[in-house]
Amino acid sequence: MTASGMGTATMAKALNDGLRKSMEDDPKVVIMGEDVGKLGGVFRITDGLQKDFGEDRVIDTPLAESGIIGTAVGLAIRGYRPVCEIQFDGFVFPGFDQIVSQVAKFHNRSAGLVKMPITIRIPFGGGIGAVEHHSESPETYFAHTAGLKVVSCSNPSDAYWMIQQAVADDDPVIFCEPKRLYHAAKAEIDEAPTPLYKARVVRPGQHVTVVGYGPTVSTVLSAAQTAAEDGLELEVIDLRSVSPLDMPTVVESVKRTGRLIVVHEAPHSFGVGAEIAARVTEAAFYSLEAPVLRVTGYDTPYPPSRLEHEWLPNLDRVLDTVDKIMEF
Amino acid sequence: MSEHVHAVHPEPDMVQLLTPEGQRVEHPDYKLDISEDEIASLYRDLVLVRRIDTEAIALQRQGELGLWASLLGQEAAQIGAGRALKKQDMSFPTYREHGVAWCRDVDPLVLLGLYRGTNLGGWDPKSNNFNLYTIVIGAQTLHATGYAMGVVRDGAVGTGDPDRDTAVLAFFGDGASSQGDVNESFVWAGAGNLPVVFFCQNNQWAISEPVERQSRVPLYQRSAGFGFPGVRVDGNDVLACLAVTRKALDDARSAQGPTFIEAYTYRMNPHTTNDDPRRYRLGSEAETWKLKDPIERVRAYLTREAKIDPSFFADVDAEAKQLAEHVRKGCRELPDPTPESLFDNVHVTMPDELRTQRDEFTDFVNEVSA
Repeated sequence: MTASGMGTATMAKALNDGLRKSMEDDPKVVIMGEDVGKLGGVFRITDGLQKDFGEDRVIDTPLAESGIIGTAVGLAIRGYRPVCEIQFDGFVFPGFDQIVSQVAKFHNRSAGLVKMPITIRIPFGGGIGAVEHHSESPETYFAHTAGLKVVSCSNPSDAYWMIQQAVADDDPVIFCEPKRLYHAAKAEIDEAPTPLYKARVVRPGQHVTVVGYGPTVSTVLSAAQTAAEDGLELEVIDLRSVSPLDMPTVVESVKRTGRLIVVHEAPHSFGVGAEIAARVTEAAFYSLEAPVLRVTGYDTPYPPSRLEHEWLPNLDRVLDTVDKIMEF
Repeated sequence: MSEHVHAVHPEPDMVQLLTPEGQRVEHPDYKLDISEDEIASLYRDLVLVRRIDTEAIALQRQGELGLWASLLGQEAAQIGAGRALKKQDMSFPTYREHGVAWCRDVDPLVLLGLYRGTNLGGWDPKSNNFNLYTIVIGAQTLHATGYAMGVVRDGAVGTGDPDRDTAVLAFFGDGASSQGDVNESFVWAGAGNLPVVFFCQNNQWAISEPVERQSRVPLYQRSAGFGFPGVRVDGNDVLACLAVTRKALDDARSAQGPTFIEAYTYRMNPHTTNDDPRRYRLGSEAETWKLKDPIERVRAYLTREAKIDPSFFADVDAEAKQLAEHVRKGCRELPDPTPESLFDNVHVTMPDELRTQRDEFTDFVNEVSA
């Protein structure tokens, strides 16, 4: 029984159910990665799938990320639809060349004759007290690369639906999963999906638009709740897709509120926040009552875990930035 | 000058079936049952692909191509390997396998777009089972390996059905043997017993770096550590290349797993038309290799041993001339891409932001040209 029929699920279970559904729907879907078989992945996202679909469809690969992505390219040329699991965000870089130079460009290089329907799942983001290379947010590298799409789920229902939509997409998709939410509270699974590349207003408000995605959406929602107690209504948007960006949803909101804050765990400079700020300035310049502000990770390597809660865009930092933007 | 480790065996122990002088010799492991007509046909291939190459270099000199990567000296390796492929087999070239493209019935004009700058390849790998050229060194060996994983999953290996069983042939060079991707593909292929054959043309030079910069052992010995056989073949001997590749592909198709072939050859020309080998190697080296020319030995055999009618050689030369004209004329007629095509096929589904960029660009271009 899938998550959809069960009513509620954790994000981990929802992803597992979503992957199962994708594999049932399309015999060409194969899952590949380190420890995805018997172990079910280090986060158990692929739990039980090898048992039910066999070793040919849920493939425990050698420990080499370039190999995982590069062989996925070959499988795609042969007509398969690979779903690659990168064990942790910081381990995607050995596969970076294959992602950026091969997966992203193949369709273009072949004049549209070859499709690369590859989904690359990356557990990303911090807040789990991990060691180095286990808490990073690499999404901007991929958003900067033509040919790739980059999405992130923030809740179990989106996780269930978005993973299926990503796998079914004929374009390559980098699927960023907020690992600290994998085993957080269960939530209701929606009856039907929202289109994959569409943002969603998750809480309406009139004073400040606050945009997040993946792990920061829950932080922003908590901030909205606290701010409401002081009479400030934040409009919270879950971006869901980092590339392409659903700008109409953001711009429409900013035209009403006049103020915009973007929140992400990835470092401050040259990031999603900067891109959204530029585009909002172009599309809604005369609606802005204040500069677009960002609450992000700092331009440092990801810190040792005892410092991560100060480094991450936490509730206090979001509220502080709300105060700043209201003072303009 | 830094100290040089000369650990690579200078006189390779390798499979040879036709000596540089044009004598057929036997090898206990590689019997080649081949008619004289078939050898004549291989000769034709060798001459024609060399002519394509010569013509492309001329086109580069005339400014019609931005760049060309010459195959001169490597014709036998490429024709031998290419002619060992069956129709259903898949091949993954680098950017120099014009001879393999020929064997796969790819029109040479199709290869020129990349070098003329009219496209980035733009052919369908499926239509001739010949993948797009790959410029990132060694990246395609993983694609070949993944393709072989697909072949296994399709049940197209080890069935005994000669029209169904499929092998994959991955090309790369001595320089690529240092790449992580090549070594990862060896790990995958070995551990997975995959139907893939790795065909390395050791042409002695990775641009300016000699092969001893890449390896302390002869390259063919590398595969032993990955658990599959490696064999060194005279890369200037088309018969040996054919026999060795044929055996390796047969093994792959019949689920015997991968083979690593090192075709020992020489890059007679610069790395590409942009390179200047006078800066890093002696001209006398190429002179020595000229004596091992891949075409001359076949011609010598056909003339002396097979008593092939002299008119055959004249016919091949006439055909080469025609082919050169086809390449020359066709190259100049390759259509330039339209500005708006810039935005095509970035994605299967074009995002709105890209559509906006395209429209703005198109308007701008039209305005400027109006």
